[in-house]
Amino acid sequence: MSSNRGRRGGASPKDLKEASGSIGRALKMYFKYFPVLTPVIIVCILTNAIVNAIPSTFIQKVIAVIEQYWEAGDWDSAAPKIIGYLTILVGLYILALSLSVLQSQLLAYMTQKFLHNFRRDMFSTMQRLPIRYFDTHKHGYIMSHYTNDIDTLRQLVSMALPSLLQAAVTLVTVFCIMNYYSIWLTLVLVAGVVAMAVVSGKIGGGSAKYFVRQQQAVAATEGYVQEMMNGQKVVKVFNHEQKGIEEFNKLNDELCLDSSKANAYANILGPIVNNIGNILYVLLATVGGILLLTHVPNISFSRMALDISILVPFLNMAKQFMGQINQLTMQVNAVVMAGAGAKRIFALVDEPAEADEGYVTLTKAKKNEAGEYVETSDSDGVWAWRHPHQAEGTVTFVPVEGDVVLTDVDFEYVEGKQVLYDVSVFAEPGQKVAFVGATGAGKTTITNLINRFYDIADGKIRYDGINVNKIKKKDLRRSLGLVLQDTNLFTGTVMDNIRYGRLDATDEECRDAARLAGADDFIERLPEGYNTPLTNNGSNLSQGQRQLIAIARAAVADPPVMILDEATSSIDTRTEKIVQRGMDKLMEDRTVFVIAHRLSTVMDSDVIMVLDHGRIIERGSHEKLLAEKGTYYQLYTGAFELE
Amino acid sequence: MLKNIKTILKSVREFKKPTILCLIFIIGEVVMEVLIPFITSYLVNRIKAGENLGGILSTGILMVLAALASLAFGVLAGRHSAYASAGLARNLRHDMYVRIQDFSFANIDKFSSSSLVTRMTTDITNVQNSYMMMIRIAVRAPMMFIFAIAMGIIMGGRLATTFLVIIPVLGFGLFMIGRLAMPAFRSVFRKYDKLNESIEENVRGMRVVKGFAREDHETGKFNTASDDIRRDFTKAERIVGLNGPIMQMCLYFNLTFVLFVGSQMIIKSRGVEIDVGQISAMITYGFQILMSLMMINMIYIMLTMSVESIKRIAEVLREDPTITNPAEPVTEMTDGSIEFRDVSFRYSAAAKRDSLHDINIKIESGMTVGVLGGTGSGKTTLIQLIPRLYDVTEGEVLVGGRSVTDYDLKFLRDNVSVVLQKNELFSGTIKENLMWGNENATDEQIHDAARLACADEFINSFPDGYDTHIEQGGTNVSGGQKQRLCIARALLKAPKILILDDSTSAVDTHTDALIRKGFKEFIPETTKIIIAQRVASVMDSDLILIMDGGRLVASGKHDELLESSDIYREIYEQQTRGGDENEQ
Repeated sequence: MSSNRGRRGGASPKDLKEASGSIGRALKMYFKYFPVLTPVIIVCILTNAIVNAIPSTFIQKVIAVIEQYWEAGDWDSAAPKIIGYLTILVGLYILALSLSVLQSQLLAYMTQKFLHNFRRDMFSTMQRLPIRYFDTHKHGYIMSHYTNDIDTLRQLVSMALPSLLQAAVTLVTVFCIMNYYSIWLTLVLVAGVVAMAVVSGKIGGGSAKYFVRQQQAVAATEGYVQEMMNGQKVVKVFNHEQKGIEEFNKLNDELCLDSSKANAYANILGPIVNNIGNILYVLLATVGGILLLTHVPNISFSRMALDISILVPFLNMAKQFMGQINQLTMQVNAVVMAGAGAKRIFALVDEPAEADEGYVTLTKAKKNEAGEYVETSDSDGVWAWRHPHQAEGTVTFVPVEGDVVLTDVDFEYVEGKQVLYDVSVFAEPGQKVAFVGATGAGKTTITNLINRFYDIADGKIRYDGINVNKIKKKDLRRSLGLVLQDTNLFTGTVMDNIRYGRLDATDEECRDAARLAGADDFIERLPEGYNTPLTNNGSNLSQGQRQLIAIARAAVADPPVMILDEATSSIDTRTEKIVQRGMDKLMEDRTVFVIAHRLSTVMDSDVIMVLDHGRIIERGSHEKLLAEKGTYYQLYTGAFELE
Repeated sequence: MLKNIKTILKSVREFKKPTILCLIFIIGEVVMEVLIPFITSYLVNRIKAGENLGGILSTGILMVLAALASLAFGVLAGRHSAYASAGLARNLRHDMYVRIQDFSFANIDKFSSSSLVTRMTTDITNVQNSYMMMIRIAVRAPMMFIFAIAMGIIMGGRLATTFLVIIPVLGFGLFMIGRLAMPAFRSVFRKYDKLNESIEENVRGMRVVKGFAREDHETGKFNTASDDIRRDFTKAERIVGLNGPIMQMCLYFNLTFVLFVGSQMIIKSRGVEIDVGQISAMITYGFQILMSLMMINMIYIMLTMSVESIKRIAEVLREDPTITNPAEPVTEMTDGSIEFRDVSFRYSAAAKRDSLHDINIKIESGMTVGVLGGTGSGKTTLIQLIPRLYDVTEGEVLVGGRSVTDYDLKFLRDNVSVVLQKNELFSGTIKENLMWGNENATDEQIHDAARLACADEFINSFPDGYDTHIEQGGTNVSGGQKQRLCIARALLKAPKILILDDSTSAVDTHTDALIRKGFKEFIPETTKIIIAQRVASVMDSDLILIMDGGRLVASGKHDELLESSDIYREIYEQQTRGGDENEQ
């Protein structure tokens, strides 16, 4: 759930400090991406802000002219002066407008480019992270980097920063001009602004408090709704509707109250600040009027005497000034949120990538006249390990056969919590090795180690005699086929999904793989055959059909070793028979590691390992293990619960 | 669209009052806001005329009063709008929740649980926010627009001709931008959703990605999609980016025009027609008019943004439950006999094939019946017709000699107790969960039911026993334990018919057998229907039904079926093969 995030809370100094570091880094990246455009857009914003602050001085000048001529009604004498001022003003406006258009177009381009680059960096970093990261972070949390967090950055670069910059520049400019006219009046204004800040700070605090409460109430209500909606069928079966409504009403009423209060605070801030502004305006006008009447000497940088031609534009500037202050306070929250978002994104980007010191690679080789393997580009070559020996400066080629040996392997996911103890497994080429045992016994962990999703703590794993640590991870994994219980299919056609196993496979090769897996039949009967689009993890297919495509996907890769992790567990026994045929074909002539919940799947394995709490407690063929009448026998006769 | 909005507004109910009050306060606020520049101009003119302090102060006080009134109205409006919109959200949530409680299984399937959750949370929040903006702006913007024009004309006379330029220019500009940008945004948001889906897919399938060493392939795919979005987004945002400059242009025009024409009018009329005060007021009115146009534009955007949410909420509120209580419900059941007469069923009218086809079964009260068949063979569908979780498409289902449609729904479901295949426990103690079956159950009854479901032993092994807290979804008990708790819960209803839909799949065979033995001994009167994967679970039933492709293909006792049914024999042999070998 995305609810309990305190999105609108007020900004504490600690938040500000933490946010500023990440924002600084984000800005550095921004500058790195746009070394030329960044200064350009800053110049645009600065110029625009200054030009926007200047008109008041022209108003002052025009009013001064009016003052001079109105009693005489002499428009002809006044006209050239006024037209002169206005011409300059129009010129400035045209400049401001063009800059403004340029700024908006540049900003649209740069914002999107920036976000795209950020997304790209995040995604490519993410692809390089070890499986551990994905096992230890909730998917919803990872996703929120791409949605919420990126969105806070968008707010920052497209709205908050430009308007902060603009507001700050306008403030300074206006402040200077005001002092230029009258320091007395400016002092009154500053006093008013301080009062405004205090009041809005108070209201903001109240608002933050209730927004946090509202978030908690939302989370509680959402949690309840989610639980009840998921169990809605049970609710119906047990006639529990009325009780549910009563409980829901309680939560709902609470949420209504908190939400009403939180929003009320937020809503009243505007009118209050606005009208303090109005009152301040009166105060200024009155003070100004008094100053005019009593002829108190004006203190200003311009040394002009205070008169109506100064007071009127001053009042306008005061309005502008307060408006900008309002802008500033509105953007602070956005900046803090962006800082928090940037911090979370950088946490992902800084996550250390999966280490890989392997140097043995997969290649095609064939025997030369001397009977030694050499590299070849011919298609009739066999897969071989290209093994450079640095000490001797030579390269040897070892044909890939699928001989996997684990010796005395220990492993722990979390320090201090060992999950595998002294595990030794010998899989000769072409053998089928099965692991059985309760959930958490360590079956999947063993396969996680063979393909190096995780690295062992102690012991050795050798593949065709080579320590797997020396093999480049990508090449190692390419030589290991994988079919998992949860079939993850990707958006795209059926053909695309099969080809995922080997990207350069031809259509015909994909079809062959599908035929091998026994998937061809049902695929042909789909509305568009192999071109049927799959969405949402293939939700338009049955579990068995999805599994068949996953098998075809593994088949087209044609790896020497296969890992089948609970590949048929969520299929009923009758459907399993169909899938099994595909599996059997796939397993021919390969080394296969099978993990299965259902013993009927593993009975014909060459070796069955029974795992219990991270140790292999029994090993041998089905017949041998049954004869021993040990744990396997008990499991087989159903006297044991597997979960 | 209008129909959807109407459906939603029906839920305003008791919050009509704060809504109307809010509108009234807004009118007050707007009047004051428009009055303030008017008073200001007087103030300025008085200062300019060099009037004495008293004159300035009296006008100043008038203006402070106006500001205070505006403040009071603004605060009141803000509170009432918050209250009214939170209230609407509350009522909507309530109405949806209650409506969903009346949904049948078919209704729930149509929406899916997760979509119902989104509709009750995100969508309602969207509507709440729109409603709040709406009642604040919908009156405010047009009022402000009209008042500001009126005051401008009253005060500025000829100066008001500036409005003839700025209003159409901004109005037309906003309209064109909206027209061009909205479709662009709609399409880019769709693409954006797709991109997020594909990221999620990638994260979920990371083992496959890494297993096939497809990291670079995935990155390439992502970059193409992300760059495509970037291009579309840039296009849309560049259009919208013009909003600011157009507004600016109008403001600039207004200022220049007012200054030029205004100064001319003042000087020519010697300050009679208008004065300096009016000039600054005209600038403010111009600003107010332009702002109100922007606000009207915003209403349009808000509405289009929440159209989807409105639609999705209205869909739920308007959905009619497919199963309702009969007019004269029967609340008596003679016994637990069941009969299917020529029953056919399809999940939706659009389905191409029957999920059940021409089923005829007779089950006597107190029998134990086993049901076997592959996934999709129709086992679950079959038993769901008995407590009317779905209604038959053709034919009739009878319980206790009466059509199920005659019974009171609650009564029927209390007497036909189903342990669903996809079962749920709820957060709360074990005892609270079991009491779903019977909220007045005594401790004695609860313990009996638990014992019968072979759950008593493991419950007592927990330190807190029956008060052990169950996490949401029952994640802190094992699969087998969860199934047994669900059976106990169903038993507490003391039903005439008990249906277990693959409810012992995670329970070991020994316990499974014990549970069945207990049923025979302690609830012999109850008709028991057991769907299972394991032949052993149904072998000794009084009647075994074999389902295949939505048809009842064979029925009878174990011995008969071994003779007559190929499917049964096949399943039986497959599951017992190893055991036989071992015995030899």
